[in-house]
Amino acid sequence: MTMTTTNDLITQTPAKRRFGGGDLIGLSVILALAVVGYFLFPTNLALLTRIIAIALLVLSLDLVTGYCGVATLGHAALFGAGAYAAGIASAHYGINDPLAMLAFGIVAGAVAGLVCGAVILRAHGLPQLVLSIALIHLFHEFANKASSWTGGSDGLSGIAPSALIGLYEFDLWGRTAYVFGVVLLALVFALLRLIVRSPFGMLCRAIKEDPVRIRSMGASPKAALMKMYVISGAVAGVGGALNAISTQVVGLDSLSFTMSAESLVMLVLGGTGSLFGALTGTIVFMFFEDVVSAANPFHWLTMVGALLIAVVLFAPKGLYGTAAAIVARRREAK
Amino acid sequence: MQPVFEVRNLKRAFGGLAVTNDVSLSMAPGDRVALIGPNGAGKTTFVNLVTGNLAPDSGEVRLGGETVTGIDAIGRVRRGLVRSFQVTRLFLDMTPAEHVALAVLQRDGRSGRLFGNFLSMPDVMDEVGQLLGKLGLRELMHRKVSEIAYGQQRLLEIAVALALKPKVLLLDEPAAGVPQSDTGRIEQALADLPADLAVLMIEHDMDLVFRFAKRVVVLAAGAIIFDGSPSDVTQDPRVREAYLGSYANASHAA
Ligand SMILES: Nc1ncnc2c1ncn2[C@@H]1O[C@H](COP(=O)(O)OP(=O)(O)OP(=O)(O)O)[C@@H](O)[C@H]1O
Ligand SMILES: [Mg+2]
Repeated sequence: MTMTTTNDLITQTPAKRRFGGGDLIGLSVILALAVVGYFLFPTNLALLTRIIAIALLVLSLDLVTGYCGVATLGHAALFGAGAYAAGIASAHYGINDPLAMLAFGIVAGAVAGLVCGAVILRAHGLPQLVLSIALIHLFHEFANKASSWTGGSDGLSGIAPSALIGLYEFDLWGRTAYVFGVVLLALVFALLRLIVRSPFGMLCRAIKEDPVRIRSMGASPKAALMKMYVISGAVAGVGGALNAISTQVVGLDSLSFTMSAESLVMLVLGGTGSLFGALTGTIVFMFFEDVVSAANPFHWLTMVGALLIAVVLFAPKGLYGTAAAIVARRREAK
Repeated sequence: MQPVFEVRNLKRAFGGLAVTNDVSLSMAPGDRVALIGPNGAGKTTFVNLVTGNLAPDSGEVRLGGETVTGIDAIGRVRRGLVRSFQVTRLFLDMTPAEHVALAVLQRDGRSGRLFGNFLSMPDVMDEVGQLLGKLGLRELMHRKVSEIAYGQQRLLEIAVALALKPKVLLLDEPAAGVPQSDTGRIEQALADLPADLAVLMIEHDMDLVFRFAKRVVVLAAGAIIFDGSPSDVTQDPRVREAYLGSYANASHAA
């Protein structure tokens, strides 16, 4: 019998898994894209910042839907909670420090995650989906009715973030907001990479496949999913706060069913269960929505629809997921 | 010795059919019990009732002197009651290493950790390597479960159960679907278990039963009809009748 030490075992494991080479590559890609975007669209940094905010929402959705298998069409509730919290802190309480506003957004997002998780996780499958739709409508209605706080359908205005770390004013061109957004996205991405590869991330993937089996291993799927919902809420809260800080208004649309549904479309487009997939889907969708729609206002939605159908039918793992699968197969064939 | 596991008057019916009919059974630490019985006798149902995967109509389950009938499946696992599944239930997209690591981390209360990866946790990898080595799965530890043979999945099912370091272990037909050449690995893994662990194994392979068990319990039509030593079981008239009856029925049906 041959004895094998742990060191041997560790060396046998693929290098990619061990060091998480994907982390560095991913971060480099994000930063490279950010620089390219800055030079390609110098007059439209606001759009790029919005893409980042939405990307945070889609990443957040990926955590519960892609990694845990929760069906939801109400995820914008978490994003909107973050946006309104950051906005209200500034507009009503004069808390204008962007980092403090961000903190409010994160906490509100996490609390919204807790609330939504507590409701949505009571059901599975179709009833779960219905619960999520009901929730987003409730959140939306609540924000609409509480107009003295939220500005109702006029939107919340009067948000006036002060200079970032006391140095960088939020300028008219949106440069500060953009850099702020890129940094936030990179930080969140790095953190999420850690989480999805951690024991907890592994537990969540297992729950997605077979919750009954997980119970027989002594772990509570419900508790784990609640925890993921709170993390997801914090991430969406970052996106919402970023949106409030950069646009200095918060509208009811940030808390809408449409936004929830679109974020799911983006996720499916890019590929569920992968952080890169979430980013890819967001960029492609937002590119269509803003760039293609400007060029062709009548048919961009048709094109998005056709693209989505093509992806779902022919590349069910999404744009990124399918590409990654092809690359992996090539590598294995070698 | 005080029983570590005890079932009293357990009953469960499905639509009028008493599948578990007043079953009482107890095991002491170190017991090696085989639970046998014809197909459809209610063996798996018994395990489901005991582990909390299924609610009994009446009766009581006790673990280490504590009544756990009102405690859910998770709570019972945490008290040391672990089962394996007759029909393999694994995470097809995950690797054998991930399965065992998850069980080890869960057992140690570390499955909620948000950082680190088990591949770089030497203590976890040690255990993963040892356990998978014992069951002949070392070479496959980083393959997806969906890519390994069914017999190997059966062995992994056992590895997961063992990784949880139970006090009471219920194995539902661990050798079914495992190639003859590999059943020795199961036996060896069982032989290496801590002496104070109580094991109940459901098994149809009588050779395995006789080598493993010091006590045999026979279940037929939901009731225990024999509980005694392996040497007596084949001689027992009620057992013979139960098995003959089921074979007669089976050949009728065929
Ligand atoms: N959920 C259920 N609903 C209705 N009937 C059930 C259910 N589960 C099991 N049964 C019935 O209970 C009886 C016992 O089933 P069980 O699976 O416990 O038998 P078993 O002894 O494990 O058989 P085998 O040796 O084939 O695994 C069978 O007649 C089965 O059809
Ligand atoms: Mg059975």
